[in-house]
Parts: sequence; structure tokens; C-alpha cells
Amino acid sequence: MSDIAPPTLSARKLCRRSGQHEIVRDVSLELRHGEVLCLLGHNGAGKSTTLQMLAGALLPHSGQIEICGYDLARQAAQAKAHLGFLPEIPPLYRDMRVDDYLLFAAGLHRVPRAQLAHDLAETKRRCGLQDNGGKIIGTLSKGYQQRVGVAQAIIHQPEVIILDEPTVGLDPAQIRDIRALIRELGDAHSVILSTHLLSEVENICDRVEIMKEGRIIYSGSSDDVRQYGDGKMELEEVYMRITEGGADKEATQ
Amino acid sequence: MIRLIALKEFRSLFAAPSTWLILGALQFIFAWFFLARLDAFLQVQAQLAQIANAPGATLAVATPLFGTLALILMMLVPVFTMRLFAEERRNQTLALLMVAPVSDTCIVLGKFLGLMLFLLLIVSGCTLMVLSLSVGTPLDMGLVLGNALGLLLLAAAYAALGLYISSLSAQPVVAAIAAIAALFGLWLVEISAEESGSLLHLLAPTSHFQSFNIGLLNSADLIYFMVLIVGCLLLTIRRVYNNRIYG
Repeated sequence: MSDIAPPTLSARKLCRRSGQHEIVRDVSLELRHGEVLCLLGHNGAGKSTTLQMLAGALLPHSGQIEICGYDLARQAAQAKAHLGFLPEIPPLYRDMRVDDYLLFAAGLHRVPRAQLAHDLAETKRRCGLQDNGGKIIGTLSKGYQQRVGVAQAIIHQPEVIILDEPTVGLDPAQIRDIRALIRELGDAHSVILSTHLLSEVENICDRVEIMKEGRIIYSGSSDDVRQYGDGKMELEEVYMRITEGGADKEATQ
Repeated sequence: MIRLIALKEFRSLFAAPSTWLILGALQFIFAWFFLARLDAFLQVQAQLAQIANAPGATLAVATPLFGTLALILMMLVPVFTMRLFAEERRNQTLALLMVAPVSDTCIVLGKFLGLMLFLLLIVSGCTLMVLSLSVGTPLDMGLVLGNALGLLLLAAAYAALGLYISSLSAQPVVAAIAAIAALFGLWLVEISAEESGSLLHLLAPTSHFQSFNIGLLNSADLIYFMVLIVGCLLLTIRRVYNNRIYG
């Protein structure tokens, strides 16, 4: 990834309220091709709401989102065609077979009929689902269901992939596999993911945005985070220092 | 895109064993009622033959069968509409459709038409059973087709209303009970109305089906069903859009 890579997603001054309470305020971020951006924060920091707005599932009360140059509000269909989204709870129809489900997801994203078989096989290969195409989703383990969730988000080869806590609830082996997949996706696409696991930052992210109480309070590369405090602090300590310090910090990018 | 969503909904209905059970039970009820009416008709056929302009097999057997199906649909349709949005919201699968490059109108129409395909199957089953009478007696095809059209419009109205109620809730059971209550309430309004032309009477879908049931194709009834169906679908589209605002 480099700074000259074209931006695939840019969000400017996103705000979302629930009654009088501001869940997300003035969130601006940019994602470039080949980059994995990590949205870090405590529970309730506004990560999932931000990702849902970026994916078009929720509308921001103010602000603008562009995906591959298309305005998400005004050119929703074009913008969403370049987008793959895995919510915190994968949107899986448990009574469908894996192949049928993935073909349905591909159809929703208007994958040409002639390309369907190839894309299905390729997506299953990438997600390690080759032997599970005929299985009913509800009978799969949580790890495999998560893979199916990732597969539906990437089957149409989107430029931007949004993953909301993709490793939550998985066992260590499954976490390792999903992280390897995300890293692989990050090389060919651009990925934004939310997590509260600091190990995820170390292993897969190029850049980190830390959210607290609906705002981004820190923005920098994962190397910047590691070097924070002269590089002598553990990642957990850095995170606690940033989130509890309260002061806004912007690392040099 | 509407076709894709409709076919997915249609197929997923058959993935549930309960659907097959309901279809089987329905056919059994139709067959039982059909044979009972046919038996009654055969017993009085000799007397009827001596009366001028006596009712034929269509009026004596087919019309009551269609009328019964109209009542059954009132209980049946909400069972299927409840899952269209309420179950998706409960299982949090609606996100798949909400983030896809598909308009809210396509989502609602896809789900509506998927269910209508299924209801078409039920109405066709009943109509085919009636048409089997043509082997032994001439049928009033206008009356049969009018009844089938009326049933389809009634089913579409119930489906549209059920779909809207389903979009309001995240609990399928609540959506089903609310839809049954609404449809049952409309039916009660009809049977409790004193005059046949009163406003209350005109509100009920079943009263508009009565015209089709007696072979009368009234444009006012057609307009009523169209307004009810389109109105409920527009409200559902609005509700799905509001999901993006209120979450």
C-alpha cells in the first residue's frame, strides 16, 4: 500500500444521532487500495454504527460517503456494487445450502451469469469452503459460518470490504485462518474492519483509527501505534493511554 | 433483481417442513369440502332438474369451495407473511439486502411476488379441483375464472397487508398475530355491518370478494383491491427505507 494508491472509500464528517444522543460525530476517514484499516475502540464506541453507515445499511444524519468515486447517498447502486459487507452477526439464511446462498449473494450484486460458476469456485477456494458447497448453512460450525459470511462479502470482487468484528467468538485456529484471509484480501482490495482485539492490529492492519464515544481520537499507521511512547510500551498500554488520555492525537501519516 | 428475490423467497418457503404440512392439510380440507358439496349436489340434482334456471354444479359446488378458501386465506397468509421481514430482522439477515445494490422497492416487490407465487399455487390447486368437474358436467367457466381472480386479488391484499405488518416488527409471532387480528377485524367489520352498502361493509376485503364469488366483475371491487395492495406495498417500502434512518 502507498499513499499514491487511489482512495476507494472516503467519509467526511459523519454524524448519527439516536434521539438527543450523538452515537457518531464528525467521523472522517479514508481508505486506499491495498490497505487494511482497523477501527479500534471499546464496546459502544460507535464502530459498528460507523461501519453500517459506510456500508449503506444506515443513513448518516450528516456527512458524505464516497465509494470508488460514487456518492453513497445519490448513486447508491453504483457505490454499493463496489462494496462487500460482513456485519457483526453474519446475515446467513440458515436453511440454505452454501452454494445457493453464495449464488444468491452474487446475484444481488449483479455478477454476470457466465461468471457465476468461476466466481463461486474461486470464492470458496479463498475462504476454504470447497468441501462445504452442498451443506446447509445452519449445520456448519461457527467458524465455517463466519467464512460463509466473508464469502458473501467478497464473491462479487468488491473494491471495498467492510468487516465488523470478523473474528469475534472464533477459536484460535479459526481466528488465525480468518486473519490470513483478511490479509490476503487487503493485498488485492481495500479492507476496513472493526475490532477490540489489539492483536488484530499487530497482525493484519496497515493503519489504525481509534474511536471513543463516537469520535476518532487517534489516527495513525500500525507502526505509529507500536512506536507510541518511544516504543517501550505494550500495545495494550498504548491503547489504554490513548483511549483514557482523552486528548485528541493525530499521528503523522 | 425482483425475480431473484422472489424466487429465493419462493424456494425458501419449501425449505420449511411446515409449508409442506400446510399444503397437504389444505388439499385435504379442499378435497373433503369439495366431495361433501358434490355429494350434496348429486342428492338434490333430480329435484333441481325440475326447476327452471336451477343452480348448476358451478354454483352449487365451486362457489362455496372458493368462499371457504377465502376464509382460510385469512388465517393462512399471515403465517407466511410473518417471516418475510420480521424473521429477517430477528435473524439480522436483512443486512444482506440492505447493503446490496438493490432498491427498497425491489426488495419489497421481490418478497411480495415470491409469496404470491406460492399463493398462486394454492389457488391453482383449488381451481384445478373445481375444473375436474368438467369431466362430468358443463361448467360456468366465467364464474370459475371470476372466483379464481377474486381469490388471487384477495390473497394479494392479505399478503400486502401482512407484509406491511411484518415490516413493523422484529418478532415473527407478533407480526403473525397482528396480521391475523387485522384481517379478522376487517372480516368482523363486514359481518357486523347492518347494511350491505354501508361504509364499514365497504372497508372489508371479503365483502369485495363476494362480487367475484357470485360471478360479478365490478370495477369498484377491482379498484378497491388495487388501492389496498398498492397502498400497503408503498407503506412497506417506506418502512424499509425508515430502517436505514432509525436502524
